[in-house]
Amino acid sequence: MKNLTELCLYEAREGLLNKDFTSKELVLDHIDKMESSRSLNAFITETPEIAIKSAEKSDLKLIKEENGELEGIPLGVKDMFCTKGVLTTASSKMLSNFIPPYESTVTENLWSEGAILLGKLNNDEFAMGSSNETSFYGPVINPWKSNNDQINLVPGGSSGGSSASVAANIGLGALGTDTGGSIRQPASFTGTVGLKPTYGRCSRWGIIAFASSLDQAGPITRNVRDNSILLKSMCSHDTKDTTSSSKEIPNFENAIGRSIKGLKVGIPNEFFLDGMSNEIIEIWDKGKDWLKNSGAEIIDISLPNTKYALPCYYIIAPAEASSNLARYDGVRFGHSVKSSDINEMYKATRSEGFGDEVKRRIMIGTYVLSSGYYDAYYLKAQKVRSLITEDYSKVFKDVDVILTPSTPSSAFGLDEKSNDPISMYLNDIFTVPVNLAGLPAISVPATLDSNGLPLGLQLIGRPFEEETIYSFAKIIEDSANFKNIEKQWWLK
Amino acid sequence: MNNLIEGKTGDWELVIGIEVHAQIISNSKLFSGSSTSFGSDHNTQVSFVDAGMPGMLPVINSVCVEQAIKTGLGLNAKINNFSIFDRKNYFYPDLPQGYQISQFEQPIVGNGMITIDLENGDSKNVGIERLHLEQDAGKSLHDQHPSYSFVDLNRSGVALMEIVSMPDMRSPEEAQAYVKKLRNIMKYLQTCDGNMEEGSLRADINVSVRKPGDDLGTRCEIKNVNSIKFIGQAIVYEAKRQIDMIEKGNQVEQQTRLFDPKKGQTRSMRSKEESHDYRYFPDPDLLPLTFTDDFVDEIKKTLPELPDIRRKRFIDTYGLSSYDSNILVSEKETADYFEEAVKNSNPKLVCNWVIGELFSVLNKMNKSIENCPIKAKDLGELINLIDNETITGRIAKDVFEIMLDTGDDPISIVESNNMRQVNDLSEIEAIIDKIIESNPDQVKTLSEKPNLIGWFVGQAMKETAGKANPKTVNEILNKKLLNKG
Repeated sequence: MKNLTELCLYEAREGLLNKDFTSKELVLDHIDKMESSRSLNAFITETPEIAIKSAEKSDLKLIKEENGELEGIPLGVKDMFCTKGVLTTASSKMLSNFIPPYESTVTENLWSEGAILLGKLNNDEFAMGSSNETSFYGPVINPWKSNNDQINLVPGGSSGGSSASVAANIGLGALGTDTGGSIRQPASFTGTVGLKPTYGRCSRWGIIAFASSLDQAGPITRNVRDNSILLKSMCSHDTKDTTSSSKEIPNFENAIGRSIKGLKVGIPNEFFLDGMSNEIIEIWDKGKDWLKNSGAEIIDISLPNTKYALPCYYIIAPAEASSNLARYDGVRFGHSVKSSDINEMYKATRSEGFGDEVKRRIMIGTYVLSSGYYDAYYLKAQKVRSLITEDYSKVFKDVDVILTPSTPSSAFGLDEKSNDPISMYLNDIFTVPVNLAGLPAISVPATLDSNGLPLGLQLIGRPFEEETIYSFAKIIEDSANFKNIEKQWWLK
Repeated sequence: MNNLIEGKTGDWELVIGIEVHAQIISNSKLFSGSSTSFGSDHNTQVSFVDAGMPGMLPVINSVCVEQAIKTGLGLNAKINNFSIFDRKNYFYPDLPQGYQISQFEQPIVGNGMITIDLENGDSKNVGIERLHLEQDAGKSLHDQHPSYSFVDLNRSGVALMEIVSMPDMRSPEEAQAYVKKLRNIMKYLQTCDGNMEEGSLRADINVSVRKPGDDLGTRCEIKNVNSIKFIGQAIVYEAKRQIDMIEKGNQVEQQTRLFDPKKGQTRSMRSKEESHDYRYFPDPDLLPLTFTDDFVDEIKKTLPELPDIRRKRFIDTYGLSSYDSNILVSEKETADYFEEAVKNSNPKLVCNWVIGELFSVLNKMNKSIENCPIKAKDLGELINLIDNETITGRIAKDVFEIMLDTGDDPISIVESNNMRQVNDLSEIEAIIDKIIESNPDQVKTLSEKPNLIGWFVGQAMKETAGKANPKTVNEILNKKLLNKG
């Protein structure tokens, strides 16, 4: 029998239902893969015992045909999701000893459909970063390597463990969170499919908060169909999260293969950046052609406030973060440094517990909310955010989806940008506006660049129209005929 | 009324504004399902939300919203159908989230007004600037361990209404009357139990002084004053401190101060420079709070009778004086007691007994009217016994004492102690004849001092152990000794 990690999620689902193999066999192969792939540093916590026990239960349910929609399917979970009884760190020293006594709504939804936890995935500390280099547990290595040299590349971030593990076939899918591109950018860097759902699609309850008005959970998978299957089980209307939507949850998988004939695709001219590489422009053009060939109409559109999105995001997200991270004070849980003076205790605890990028954002956030600066920064950023949202509402009267590149470049080298925050922040230039507007968007692998590294295309949809996105994404996937990594160099 | 304070450099006017923090009566907290009951063991009423655990989210408790609207209506205030929850950021061990969820720029209730009642019978309007919803913090415990401070989070997340007055008060008495009235309105509305000892109602008092006609002076805020008495003391002290300071040529510094009840003084807690920058911003975890006019109208329909209306009814229905009515309605429990007692009894007599005898014994026993050993219904019955001449007024006082001790009803007390009034003319006459006979000297003096008749009345009452109908005794004595009647 071939190694079961070579299957994708829907193939594994079929195999389990056909009793071609058991969930335990599937899980054991994945555990082997997880253990032999440790050089990627994708996992912070491996949970093989839980996985095997769950697989045995799933096998019984499969026999009795009492299976859930994801029965017996092993998944990785970004370490931003609280998992009951399992270490949950947000990749921070601050939470390096934190074992939640509760389960996040999204993971609870998955387990109730029979999915199985393989382990907790590395990410940028508190999801702040675009390269997974800010993790207290060290960087994650991208399974992809350039044709030209052997240097290690970043897997993108902040869901770097999620993207790398899925690209390396450790798990049939993974959960990520996306605040400014943290699912789509790593998906683009690793040749995987990553979707950020509409804000409110997935409950935020039990997900460690970075920026509450932007955070959204989403799936990373090896293909579009897998993605749609995973999303369905993640979503729910959750009364514990006031911002969670009560909109009906469709069977997203039904959108796969749906015709896009006559639908309209917007191409925003503001996304053409000065100095953007030809390769990016070429794949974008190719994307247009693929969609056109499938009967869609291509329309040039304008999103005039796009240029303000990044500065706006880097005010709003740190502002919310500075407040969300105030609870890490060493008093009740997490890292704590004792002192006879409470202010000293806070200072020492937070100085030791947080890394540089987190501190930088707390300081920016504190600054922009300070009295005397609030109006000039935070309030203005909120106004800009409304304008950006309006840009999209207007455009979506004329088009059904928007097509853009996912990232301005392919994966870069480890340490290449870690000392240059601005160039790091520029990675999110195509993804950030989507979070500000609360829209759904996907990154689909479209091609390999001249170095043999994946590049993704982004599709942005109307609020709660993930189905439309999936229909388009499937066309791109089929047209691109993207192939996953051939040489699994990292295996021990 | 002239409220001016005399200083060395002339008269000073006191300007007072008050922020009241009132704990909302609700079974669960503002943003979590934890219980709010007082006096439970430390940290037993704490949900993951209240403890600020990672990934936890607040969900608004609609009961608390209704209570705030109800209170706003009771304060004759504008109800805002759209309001926003903001985060007030600061670090403190008893503040688990590192921020308090409050309302800053857009509160649920806007401008309103209440009428306060002063001791001398005057009344005055005090403006309400706003009412907003917010979470309470936990409690730091510094006396549990020699080297550690502990934190009790039972109170963390409990719903408070912060009610901010306009700077409309001009004397300690007005400030006290304001807090009393506010407390009373909320008790009538059942939105806050008003218990200052347990901390369900706390007041921050803003005090400044100025020469009459001048602009407002620099204010100091006295935090967390927790009794009506202390409010008066704190203001008196603070006003004098500020006046002394200015008259000595110094300036009042804007400060947050604490009142020390033992010393009767206020002391500085922090200056303006040391004050926090709370970095308020809208809480992204919560949607704006919105409701319809119909929702407010429905709540309006459930409003109980409020003290001012009740007082008017007492005057109109029971024929009580405005002064007496005011005393009765100024504590909801007193008015409730009165209304229960008065059901089948003479209103004026019941009022006199409640304000007189009952208040005096409760005061002596240091008890509130809710814990009164005499049931309202029984007091009404006692008054009926006087009113229909079953017992004399003097005996009634004895019956009242027995009722206090035993809690028995007055009729059975009267029966078992043979305390019925003696109305039998011949019986009383016989007793009086006996007194006249055995006191010839007094009878003689009576012609010069007609007032001495009172002595004979006293003797007759003594002989009958107070049971003789005093009216009959007077009539007979008048007839026999003064040839009147």
